[in-house]
Amino acid sequence: MTDNRNPVDALKIKKKYKKQNQLKEIWHRLKKNKTSVLGLVIIGFIIILSIASGFIYDYDKDIISQNISERLQFPSIEHPFGTDELGRDIMARIIYGSRTSLSIGFITVVLALIVGGMLGAVSGFYGGYVDNIIMRAMDIFLAIPGTLFAITIVAALGTSTINLMIALSISSIPRFARIVRSSVMTVRDVEFVEAARAIGANNFRIITQHVIPNSLAPVIVQTTLSVATIILTIAGLSFLGLGVSAPQPEWGAMLSSARTYMREYSYMTLFPGLAIMVTILSLNLLGDGLRDALDPRLK
Amino acid sequence: MNSEKELILNIKDLKVEYRTEDGVVKAVNGLDLEIEKGKTHGLVGETGAGKTTTALSVLDLIQSPPGVIVDGIIELEGKNIRGLKDKEMEKIRGNDVSMIFQDPMTSLNPVMTIEDQIAEVIEYHESGGYKEAIKKTHEMLTLVGLPPKRGKEYPHQFSGGMKQRVVIAMALACRPKLLIADEPTTALDVTIQAQVLTLMKNLRNQYDTSMLMITHDLGIIAEICDKVSVIYAGRIIEHGNLVDIFDNTRHPYTEGLFNSLPNLKDRKAKLKPIKGLMPDPTDLPTGCPFHPRCDYAMDICSKAYPEKQYRNDQHFVECHLYNDDNIEKGGLIKRG
Repeated sequence: MTDNRNPVDALKIKKKYKKQNQLKEIWHRLKKNKTSVLGLVIIGFIIILSIASGFIYDYDKDIISQNISERLQFPSIEHPFGTDELGRDIMARIIYGSRTSLSIGFITVVLALIVGGMLGAVSGFYGGYVDNIIMRAMDIFLAIPGTLFAITIVAALGTSTINLMIALSISSIPRFARIVRSSVMTVRDVEFVEAARAIGANNFRIITQHVIPNSLAPVIVQTTLSVATIILTIAGLSFLGLGVSAPQPEWGAMLSSARTYMREYSYMTLFPGLAIMVTILSLNLLGDGLRDALDPRLK
Repeated sequence: MNSEKELILNIKDLKVEYRTEDGVVKAVNGLDLEIEKGKTHGLVGETGAGKTTTALSVLDLIQSPPGVIVDGIIELEGKNIRGLKDKEMEKIRGNDVSMIFQDPMTSLNPVMTIEDQIAEVIEYHESGGYKEAIKKTHEMLTLVGLPPKRGKEYPHQFSGGMKQRVVIAMALACRPKLLIADEPTTALDVTIQAQVLTLMKNLRNQYDTSMLMITHDLGIIAEICDKVSVIYAGRIIEHGNLVDIFDNTRHPYTEGLFNSLPNLKDRKAKLKPIKGLMPDPTDLPTGCPFHPRCDYAMDICSKAYPEKQYRNDQHFVECHLYNDDNIEKGGLIKRG
């Protein structure tokens, strides 16, 4: 995204910046990146839809009740995305299904970010044997494929949304720990950290005030990308029947049941697939834009 | 002999080593340094002489591992501060002793506004909370010649000289008793250097702060310091006030430092740099560490470390060339 305003305009805008707080400044920089604004708009739209879906639709009547007389209808004005094999409106189910995907995705990532971030920050900052112990434990987790790990936990503890979230966040912790650790390590030895120590800051303050804010950029990208990956994994697990249980609408589960009808009723797979794709694409676009916007050095 | 002088900092027989896999780097080898209250003390020497290590060991900021303070006493106002617990050390850093680092470009946190960074120091050491700290920050900014309203900006929006002003504001925010300036002007261009030096001088006088000025620039020493110590291979080899060092130079190494400066009056005169390089600190020469580079080296130089020879009650030199009879006269070495 190149900035092709003329310098005078740019100066005016820069002057305006000075009076604004940090959040506004980040927003201004994010705004310059059109594709990530698009991503943000789509994500915002999906989030609003998923919140509003509880008011638009009645779960029992619109989402899970079967209506055999209307089964397998092609998209029409009444059912914009058509109906499925049990006569349920696909659009309603996709909109309602965003609740599951987004909430599991975000909660899982936030959990993984907090735990993994703390482990990574501590291990990167202190180094030595603390680092060794933490990172070898993380290596063990990294050696287990994420999806397989999730399947194992869900199989052992039973299929439930909470188990799913625990399983997925545990398998994402090592990735966050690694990323935070490596960026903390690059920041740890920078002169301003030494300067902070020279003014009497303790380790806790140094980590929270100086090290972590300076190592955020790669973490933010990883966070948005991870939400996308987690949503995909949930869809995959549901597709295998291990994710969200049956009548509850979920994009992966919808894909799974639609695949039987793929030849004659392709729209049934098209729309849930599109929903997954658009969500993930916009999350990725947003992540890229945020990385640039959050770094005050790139301007 | 210095009992009647009020000392802010007294370093005795400081030894610092960096224990690496390739060997033990002896960075500081029995260094003695006394800084009087309200005075500015210059520490000059080549790269690698142990200047920064000395400064960092006062604040106990030496990277450990590999750095170890092996021996020595560091007294701040007569109180030994070596080996204090981290908690107690944190109270001293920034409050009693603060430090200005070499490169203002990297010594500020790029993602924090500068007023927050200055306020941070004040918050650590003074009660009164954030609001009070910000108020004081704005006073500090005015004091160093920056408009307080620019406090909300980030370091990248400042030029190098302005950043160094911010760093100075940070260092002086808690009115420290001792300010350690580690080559504060090396990263700046000459006009800004002059400004920053003047600023430091004024603030020093205003607050009556003692200062340890670390530099390799003899011009800065002449400009701002009261006392000078010349450091070589981790030891003070010559010490005195400005007149002692500049006009009654005794040590061949100090002589060499002066000869390495371009001479404006006689532009045809060739620069006479000191031959050779700093000795490898993992394998220091026996005897006087300067003898392999010294034009006046004698047999004894490689065998024994020279004792301190006093020219007057403060000016001393560690060199075999001098004894009680000829130290007063000097003149053994010719200034280029």
